[in-house]
Amino acid sequence: MLELRNIDTYYGNIQALHQIDLTVEAGEIITLIGANGAGKSTTLMSISGISPPRSGEIIFKGKPIHELPANKIVTLGISQVPEGRHIFPELTVAENLDMGAFLRNDKRGIADDLEYLYDLFPILRKRRNQPGGNLSGGEQQMLAISRALMAHPQLLLLDEPSMGLAPLVTKQIFEIIEKINREQNTTIFLVEQNANLALQIAHRGYVLENGRITMHDQADKLLANKDVQKAYLGI
Amino acid sequence: MEYFIELLFSGLTRGSIYALIALGYTMVYGIIGLINFAHGEIYMIGAFTALVVSTALTIYGFPLLAVVVLTALAAAVWAASYGYTIERLAYRPLRSAPRLSPLISAIGMSIFLQNYVLLAQTSDFVPFPALVPEFAFMEPYAHIVGSSDMAILVVSALAMIILTCMIKYTRTGKAMRATAQDQKMALLVGINVDNVISITFITGSALAAIGGLLIASHIGQINFYIGFIAGIKAFTAAVLGGIGSIPGAVLGSFILGLTEAFATGYVSSDYEDVFAFSLLVLILIFKPAGLLGKATIEKV
Repeated sequence: MLELRNIDTYYGNIQALHQIDLTVEAGEIITLIGANGAGKSTTLMSISGISPPRSGEIIFKGKPIHELPANKIVTLGISQVPEGRHIFPELTVAENLDMGAFLRNDKRGIADDLEYLYDLFPILRKRRNQPGGNLSGGEQQMLAISRALMAHPQLLLLDEPSMGLAPLVTKQIFEIIEKINREQNTTIFLVEQNANLALQIAHRGYVLENGRITMHDQADKLLANKDVQKAYLGI
Repeated sequence: MEYFIELLFSGLTRGSIYALIALGYTMVYGIIGLINFAHGEIYMIGAFTALVVSTALTIYGFPLLAVVVLTALAAAVWAASYGYTIERLAYRPLRSAPRLSPLISAIGMSIFLQNYVLLAQTSDFVPFPALVPEFAFMEPYAHIVGSSDMAILVVSALAMIILTCMIKYTRTGKAMRATAQDQKMALLVGINVDNVISITFITGSALAAIGGLLIASHIGQINFYIGFIAGIKAFTAAVLGGIGSIPGAVLGSFILGLTEAFATGYVSSDYEDVFAFSLLVLILIFKPAGLLGKATIEKV
């Protein structure tokens, strides 16, 4: 579904990604794990067209997308929940969700998706008229995921959904991510520092170190791998 | 009492004009964090466009109503095209540059436009035709508030209502609010941020042009320099109200207009600017973010 071929991405003169090769198959959950500053967020920003790669190709459903502007990439079916959630603080919960559907015109489909998400996260329905900035961290994460889903993406990019959340809330969010993958058949590309959690729900995983992919395998094999255990799982 | 009411209307009229200009400052600041110092010049260019168009239409014998409507339209469109072009040429290439660079570019644009009009129109004040007739129904109140004051109040109020509705209810307005709050996220939900920025400049410039037209017709003369004073005053008003905030700009404008009017009326017209800018200094000392602005932490 998505293929990164030989991606090099720079911030100014600093190279953040080196020859990244990575594939995501339709319907799966893949995860990219790595330490702080390894380039995980940059990878997602390259896919979304915010920090386009300087060289290499990104192919989505057979078509190159690495030269498209960010809004066109959303239209094609790739949505991102960025690190830190980026809720529009002064828009209400309902308006935030509405912004997620900015590029859609099918009123019926939008209303259906909204209902589905309100059922998935009942707290958002309760808080729909409050400004997004007033929500707790966990609620904001739910809102950020819901807003991305309002675009009805085929591929959902999630950047550190567990960041700053209590373990119980994190668990709840991860269950929902699995549920979305199962029920909506949304392909999920999950970036996480919490490698343990990510590998438990993912089908496959990639390990990123200093901007380079150093390992990729089935998630359960990575969980059992001695090096991964030592470096990322704290075992 | 009558004198008080007269001053009150004079202050509201000034405030309305400041508001029409201040909205452009505050909207642009809200979206890209830039003080567009060339904005006062847009107002001046709006006034000159209005002069040329209204003169031409009058010569061709159009009825007054048609002259007014077409002039307003032409001034708004022409000034908007200037605003759009300035952003494309002077600010967009500097979008990822340090914050000081576009600011300097803006000051340069302002000087450039002033001198361009100076060369084209000389530095003399040129008479501007009164576009607002003396309304018969206003006659009993004419000694307190003139027809053209009334026109300024009504037209600015309408413009502000239309702007508010646009920002609140239209798709473009939502995109503007989202972009102002979080530009990166706006891109990620699929908003074409470049377009939103262009529309912001176009809207702000059109409002300033309407302001230029109204005040030029009210005062009866214009020259290349009117944009500087008006621009600085409107900028003051925007800062007073909290730059980046739209209701703030309107509130700040009316406070500034009323302060000036009462200071002129009760103290001395020599002190008009002293009062205006003292007010700014006081606000900056005691409420640095402005009356309706939010104290924000510099984003990293």
